[in-house]
Amino acid sequence: MAIWLTKDSKVIVQGMTGSEGSKHTRRMLAAGTNVVGGVNPRKAGQTVDFDGTELPVFASVADAMAETGADVTVIFVPPQFTKAAVVEAIDAAIPLAVVITEGVPVHDTASFWAYNVAQGERTRIIGPNCPGIASPGASNAGIIPADITGSGRIGLVSKSGTLTYQMMYELRDIGFSTCVGIGGDPIIGTTHIDALAAFEADPETDAIVMIGEIGGDAEERAAEFIKANVTKPVVGYIAGFTAPPGKTMGHAGAIISGSAGTAEAKQAALEAVGVKVGKTPTETAKLMREIMSGS
Amino acid sequence: MDLYEYQGRDLFERHGLPVLAGGVATTPEEARAIAERLGGRVVVKAQVKVGGRGKAGGVKLAEGPDEAVARATDILGMDIKGHTVHKVMITVTADVAEEYYFSYLLDRANRTFLCIASVAGGMDIEQVAAETPDKVVKAPIDAVKGVDEAKAREIVTAAGFPAEVADQVVEIAVGLWQAFVAEDATLVEVNPLAKNGDGRMLLLDAKISLDENAAFRHPDHEALVDQAAVDPLEQAAKAKDLNYVKLDGEVGIIGNGAGLVMSTLDVVAYAGERHGNVKPANFLDIGGGASAAVMANGLEIVLSDPAVKSVFVNVFGGITACDEVANGIIQALALLEQRGEQVTKPLVVRLDGNNAEAGRAILDSANNPLVQRVDTMDGAAERAAELAAAGV
Repeated sequence: MAIWLTKDSKVIVQGMTGSEGSKHTRRMLAAGTNVVGGVNPRKAGQTVDFDGTELPVFASVADAMAETGADVTVIFVPPQFTKAAVVEAIDAAIPLAVVITEGVPVHDTASFWAYNVAQGERTRIIGPNCPGIASPGASNAGIIPADITGSGRIGLVSKSGTLTYQMMYELRDIGFSTCVGIGGDPIIGTTHIDALAAFEADPETDAIVMIGEIGGDAEERAAEFIKANVTKPVVGYIAGFTAPPGKTMGHAGAIISGSAGTAEAKQAALEAVGVKVGKTPTETAKLMREIMSGS
Repeated sequence: MDLYEYQGRDLFERHGLPVLAGGVATTPEEARAIAERLGGRVVVKAQVKVGGRGKAGGVKLAEGPDEAVARATDILGMDIKGHTVHKVMITVTADVAEEYYFSYLLDRANRTFLCIASVAGGMDIEQVAAETPDKVVKAPIDAVKGVDEAKAREIVTAAGFPAEVADQVVEIAVGLWQAFVAEDATLVEVNPLAKNGDGRMLLLDAKISLDENAAFRHPDHEALVDQAAVDPLEQAAKAKDLNYVKLDGEVGIIGNGAGLVMSTLDVVAYAGERHGNVKPANFLDIGGGASAAVMANGLEIVLSDPAVKSVFVNVFGGITACDEVANGIIQALALLEQRGEQVTKPLVVRLDGNNAEAGRAILDSANNPLVQRVDTMDGAAERAAELAAAGV
């Protein structure tokens, strides 16, 4: 059954008629995702053809949900419009909103997150600046390539897109229940802890890979959470040991501020609670392989 | 982007917050002009983005224009913790009676903003918080509701600001929040927030960071970038829309995806420990698409760094197929040749993921003597480090 995204998920795309949105809608359909429509108020009522699949365009998320029963939205709109798109999804109380857009101002993210909390967190937000979520063999919401791996019993949560793909590839013979890219921004809707809790509760997940990177203290807090709440084996990887302080390394949130947010501190926190941390992605995959072959 | 103090002072002034009159000078003569305009006694302050400049002799009093010139002459060019002073700020003096602390910042852990306020200002707030935690108030701010007068008063009361300054601090707290939001800042720190001898409150220092993701709604922020302090390679990369950070090593790095590139730096540094201690020369994320043109631009930047002895191209084909990436590399090398670049440094290429076999075959059949193919990330890092060590 995986976490948050299953074969029964009905997916809509905000920004489906844009270039990124249409490209990835096509890919999601090819991966077997049940995409049921898109949202664009200026093109409401039209349909868009994706290699023979006609998808309707709705004026709003609420309309799309009412017509199709959609329960997941994937957001591809440009940064200037992302806040409005997420707020619209929250207002419609859609259960899952996956925000792919990179470059969203952090005040906008803080604002739609606070709004989501004020509405009672009816919507799980993944991202922004993330590759999305994939439950291999079942559904794919976002831009994670669908053909890297098949389904299996490893859960993966990661701040980084390509490191997610790398890890999926290294462990493709074992397979994954769900892979969640939570994004590299300073404020994100779904955290490592949220994913760890969901994987712990998921009967189809046996072990968890957690990929972190410099900046903030999400990995340290995840370590505390693991100690108190996670019984399944967890293997970790942290990127950015050689990153200099004060420099943003690609992701807006990947920055060491003074002595805070270093890879060393994150590794130490994870190891202190019994999480094995690989020195390289390959070594991390090897640690997971040992766990899966022993169980 | 972190601002200099004088930029912060200007920003506060634009938002109607009380600051000292002043200006910024890059030469002693400019310092004289500002001191003459201000009149009387002035303070000359080194503009560096690092703490501890007072102790380093970067803040001096001057009795009038002649002394301002002398002090500016002393301070300009000074080295403070590795930062050369290129600018000084000249302000009138304050008659400080009390020093407080006030800031707004991003609170990543709680996915919101935080206000930190203290009546113990003028010192390192982290030290104050560690030694006398009861003197520091940390109040979460709801990003939607923000800071209105009621919220500001709640903070001012909790922090124990004296009654005679409370109304002024409330007004400053609201104004500072409005500036924080209007400018898309991730930090505004005022330390000290001072009470002058006449009872008037003043923002005496400014530490401000702005969110670069919000640049699209702040065309004026571009002018705040200190071009002189930007590494020329970083500047050239930015002009080509590349995500590049200059580092100190010898192995040029090109990869796709920020996480993978960070990881590549680490793996190269580990390999370097076995090969003459070579290190990564840069961070360069060419993103998901990785077309030949983008690859060529990336290679051009990395190869133009004289410190680079070898280049490691580390690509995981996710959305992009590796055969396209391989063609991109070959075309990029041809493109560079057309541009008149002499490429002599070896490239170690690792392709994995989508269509990796086809990509590797393309590299092999191109038979470019500069291109070496290693199929694992760890192995390729090892080879790139080895080549860099041999070329040093």
